[in-house]
Amino acid sequence: MTKYLIRRLIIAVPTLLGISLILFVILSLAPGDPFSELALNPNVPVEVRENLRRQLGMDDPVHIRYIKWLTSLLQGNLGYSFVSRVDVTQLIWQRLPTTIFVMGTAYIVALLIALPAGIISAVRQYSWLDNVATTLAFIGFSLPTFFTGLIFILVFSIYLRWLPMVFTTNVQATGPAWFLEVLRHAAMPIMVLALFEGAVLTRYIRASMLDVIRMDYIHVARAKGLSERAVIVRHALRNALIPVVTIMALQIPGIFTGAIVTEQIFRVPGIGSLLISSIQLKDTPVVMAIVFAYAVLVVVFNLIADLAYGVLDPRIRYD
Amino acid sequence: MVAGRGFATGTVQTAEAALARPPRTLWADAWRQFRRHRLAMFGLAVLAFMILATVFGPLVYPVKFNEIDMTQRLKPPTLAHPLGTDDLGQDILARILFGGRVSIAVGLAAMFIAVTIGTAVGAVSGYFGGTVDHVLMRVTDLFIALPPLPLLLLVIYLFRDPVRGVFGPELGIFLLMVTVIGSLRWMPVARLVRASFLSIKQKEFIEAARCIGVPGFRMVAVHMLPNALSPVIVAASLGVAAAILQESTLSFLGLGFPPDMPTWGRLLFDAKDRLDMAPHWAIFPGLAIFLTVLSINFIGDGLRDALDPRRVG
Repeated sequence: MTKYLIRRLIIAVPTLLGISLILFVILSLAPGDPFSELALNPNVPVEVRENLRRQLGMDDPVHIRYIKWLTSLLQGNLGYSFVSRVDVTQLIWQRLPTTIFVMGTAYIVALLIALPAGIISAVRQYSWLDNVATTLAFIGFSLPTFFTGLIFILVFSIYLRWLPMVFTTNVQATGPAWFLEVLRHAAMPIMVLALFEGAVLTRYIRASMLDVIRMDYIHVARAKGLSERAVIVRHALRNALIPVVTIMALQIPGIFTGAIVTEQIFRVPGIGSLLISSIQLKDTPVVMAIVFAYAVLVVVFNLIADLAYGVLDPRIRYD
Repeated sequence: MVAGRGFATGTVQTAEAALARPPRTLWADAWRQFRRHRLAMFGLAVLAFMILATVFGPLVYPVKFNEIDMTQRLKPPTLAHPLGTDDLGQDILARILFGGRVSIAVGLAAMFIAVTIGTAVGAVSGYFGGTVDHVLMRVTDLFIALPPLPLLLLVIYLFRDPVRGVFGPELGIFLLMVTVIGSLRWMPVARLVRASFLSIKQKEFIEAARCIGVPGFRMVAVHMLPNALSPVIVAASLGVAAAILQESTLSFLGLGFPPDMPTWGRLLFDAKDRLDMAPHWAIFPGLAIFLTVLSINFIGDGLRDALDPRRVG
């Protein structure tokens, strides 16, 4: 296991290098100067700009620039935001907790929807319950999150006036009132993400359960006289969840990027809305850093998915 | 089947009828299977309607999509404007019909690019094997690790203005979007084609073809590729839905088409700040995206059932 972990980590390095190279090539192929914003700003004197250019190595040949960018990246230095005048790292750390709170809760809600729906769908395959769940799941992942978000705002904020339209992290209350207020603000972004992810997960759980339920050991469990509940929960579900856990780990980076849209609709001050606003403000270092951070997430969660598979399924042998 | 009167004559007649009947082909079988999938047939009908409406609608519907009428601002659906108007008094039905052309075209074109790249990479990888296969699969893995939406945003952010300068605002952004979405979606196709090729390569008919001296390219194009098509067709159909969603997402974030190209995502982007006064402005384009994507997903599901030989029954 340790040997496998080390080998997988070593494979992850060239992938990350490759991604950083692709990003860098895209950036350097782009015509125009990422510093043009700075050049247009009359408040920045020419000498300062030239100094900054030299400091950041903008006048070096491409391969030198790449190596410089990579070394500073490895030192944990993601650069300096043109617009907010703070370190990009600091900017990202400010936004990260909000994103993780909304996404994490959404994913838990998604699981709470998908687990029962997927299991019932598979156990009672082709029953009306299965048909309803399957149709709803199809509707769920065909509805784009930006449309569900707008519908939610329309229904819950404009018509019913139950929930605030705009998310805020700055809630002025204490105790249970605080919790309730946070919930009111986060409810819509969480539900939009949860419904979409829940629909996708339902399909996976159903498919995986259907594969397992046909196995001989399920017949054996029934033949032993176990209750149906024990057969489904203890024998079928535990095995069916192995591939589902892997898929969940692989989905997590996708949820992060899916959150870009949700954060934009509800003005959630997370990583995604930072990316969009940085694009609008042409704040290249921040854009590059966030895109690279997303890529790192993908690689890390691929690794976690691989390892989880081995931990959960003792039949998998490495080496 | 022809019904015979007696048992004996019946069998003779059935046998004759069976001989007279045209032979069953793979595609006819797939179509028979597909027709049994009720939701897939529903999807096919809805999608056909959407495509016909967007292709012929703007020719038939008398109102132009960019006709500004400030006296008719933000009007809810009326007889003159069946789906209402936007903040410039432009007819929303006309805009949806016209914008749908762009949205669907982006989906189809992006998927065409993805399938072409994916099939080429997968075929070369599976046919040659060895080092070529190894290198190509490492590249595929690398592309899979790229986060699609942020990367799309990055590329469009960096290249939007220059590409616009070369090809004009509409064509430029169309080409950019189609190319980028397509080149970030080919990986699953490449893996599917490679996997099929690896197993087809071992079959006797390929050995036979090699014995009679079929050259390499003909081997791939005539003998191997048609047998690897089924999973590609399924992946491609689902990919069109994903590409349409991706275009809408970009346009919704304000990073897609300009306002004079009213794609469905762009309509939602424009409508989102007037939800309280003109909900119809957002609802109808949103429904158009939803129905199109849903019907394509149903069709994909039906194709999967119809084309997967292990699931016959």
